[in-house]
Amino acid sequence: MSEREFGFRTRALHAGTVPDAVHGTRAVPIHQSTSFVFKDTDDAANLFALQKYGSIYSRIGNPTVNALEERLASLEGGIGAVATASGMSAEFLVFAALCGTGDHIVASSKLYGGTVTQLDVTLRRFGIETTFVDTTDPEAFRAALQENTKVVYTETVANPSSDVADLRGLADVAHEHGVPLVVDATLTTPYLLRPIEHGADIVVHSVTKFLGGHGTTLGGVVVEAGTFPWDNGKFPSMTEPVPSYGDLSWWGNFGEYGFLTKLRSEQLRDVGPSLSPQAAFQLMQGIETLPQRMGEHVANAQRIAEWLESDERISYVNYAGLPSHPDHERAREVLPLGAGSVFSFGVTGGREVGARFIEALQLASHLANVGDVRTLVLHPGSTTHQQLTEEQMAAAGIPDDLIRISVGLEDVDDVLWDLDQALDAALAATAATEQTEEAR
Amino acid sequence: MSTTETTADAAHAEHPHGIWEPPSPVRRLQLLHSARSIAIVGASNKPQRASHFVATYLLSSSSYRVHFINPRLDEILGQPVYPSLAELPEVPDIVDIFRRPEDVPGIVEEAAEVGAQTIWMQLGIRNPEAAQLARDRGMEAVQDRCVKIEHARFHGGLNLAGFNTGVISAKRQRLDG
Repeated sequence: MSEREFGFRTRALHAGTVPDAVHGTRAVPIHQSTSFVFKDTDDAANLFALQKYGSIYSRIGNPTVNALEERLASLEGGIGAVATASGMSAEFLVFAALCGTGDHIVASSKLYGGTVTQLDVTLRRFGIETTFVDTTDPEAFRAALQENTKVVYTETVANPSSDVADLRGLADVAHEHGVPLVVDATLTTPYLLRPIEHGADIVVHSVTKFLGGHGTTLGGVVVEAGTFPWDNGKFPSMTEPVPSYGDLSWWGNFGEYGFLTKLRSEQLRDVGPSLSPQAAFQLMQGIETLPQRMGEHVANAQRIAEWLESDERISYVNYAGLPSHPDHERAREVLPLGAGSVFSFGVTGGREVGARFIEALQLASHLANVGDVRTLVLHPGSTTHQQLTEEQMAAAGIPDDLIRISVGLEDVDDVLWDLDQALDAALAATAATEQTEEAR
Repeated sequence: MSTTETTADAAHAEHPHGIWEPPSPVRRLQLLHSARSIAIVGASNKPQRASHFVATYLLSSSSYRVHFINPRLDEILGQPVYPSLAELPEVPDIVDIFRRPEDVPGIVEEAAEVGAQTIWMQLGIRNPEAAQLARDRGMEAVQDRCVKIEHARFHGGLNLAGFNTGVISAKRQRLDG
């Protein structure tokens, strides 16, 4: 072993997967087992009391899942990670660990629709209130803070408005209030942006998206920086005795490792959204090529965004990689490799032309996902964001003619061809309809 | 220039083994690999105390000979407890300290007298002056680190808790105990 600090590509391939001691297995083995045999009764007692490390039951931990966890912690620059069944359950475990009835969250209003409903419907029903802030200005987040606020929450780059969060500003606001900044970095991945380097305390991902990359497997993860002072008085559950584990204290016994130990040993135990070993294996196959894929994703996205912006059939393009976007300067600063490959645009002629355009596409897939290796398109107003009210839609920055694109890894000229032919087809069909209506 | 030399000479006279710096991960691994015995100073018999976690871990997951030091206790985990380092049946390689930072210099002197190799202050315990004192007595010194976590970092345990070990290696996982 040497002192070398290994690079991102090396860690994407090696972190978390030292070959095993017995067989020397090179690829990560799939430990397809619900449970693990104890050496003896003392071993069992010590494992259950968290007095030693080891696998007990796959809801709490599984060696294949652990390999994924360490790899993602390494790529994010965190102290560790807890993997979950999906990105939504990763968020839920964080909120459930930090908030209880009577507590409060300050969140960006420009979040993935499922996150908005988790906060606005499910957590509100549990007595946890959320104030949504309709700007990236940290001062507006500060103004929304309350005595009982426990979390400040944002996404790195908003979907589909492409607004870029002021992570450093939000971290300062959160820390001055004694609470962590929690960041959903799904759309940027640690290859493009590592929120911990900008002051974030906790990073969550839908690993389903660019990290997994292939659109085959659901997964989520929580990564923690390991630097938040959980003993600052705002989080009694981190310092008070835990009866179910022999009156230990998460902070007192585990220090900087305490939050993730609580998340695993208490929240995964009680809530149960664990990642399966088969899924962890598949997601790791994707992570191994994350740097190479993301480089191509952002190059293709930039080319397509520029093409769309220069086309008169397009009414607007929201992509932080374009100088026309209000957050372009911030994107250049915090996302020097590229502003991701999910963005949005409107087709001149409005909602109906947009719908025809989507139906006329041959190559781009119409479905509700982002971050596939294939190019995906969606009309949020009639799908992912359908359950939001008009006010929530407006606050999320989603006009009803907006089309979201997640640019894939096809030959970029083929995607441009597809967009071009679908725009022609949509406009021709609309013109024909108008002529028919005029003739009547 | 002459001022610098004078300062350096004075520093050398005062600190013959050099100025103490926190050991790197590789050096910590070397210290753990070269040790065969560990004395836990300030060991507790209460299961929820950090020292008990470390003791249980080392006894179950390592090949170290583990000794306990606490003048107020007779037995921990079925093993005898000794009142001081001088009364141990062997010279401990690592002296693992669970005491307040201001108590550490006295323990460093005791450790030097018995001939220990490494002073190890546990997670949350910092005393750079005591670490320098250990260097001046010819010992290695670690502060604000957990022996359990550091051993587990290099022997697979920390990975099984989803933590970032920083270990990148194509060699087989090393086991101990």
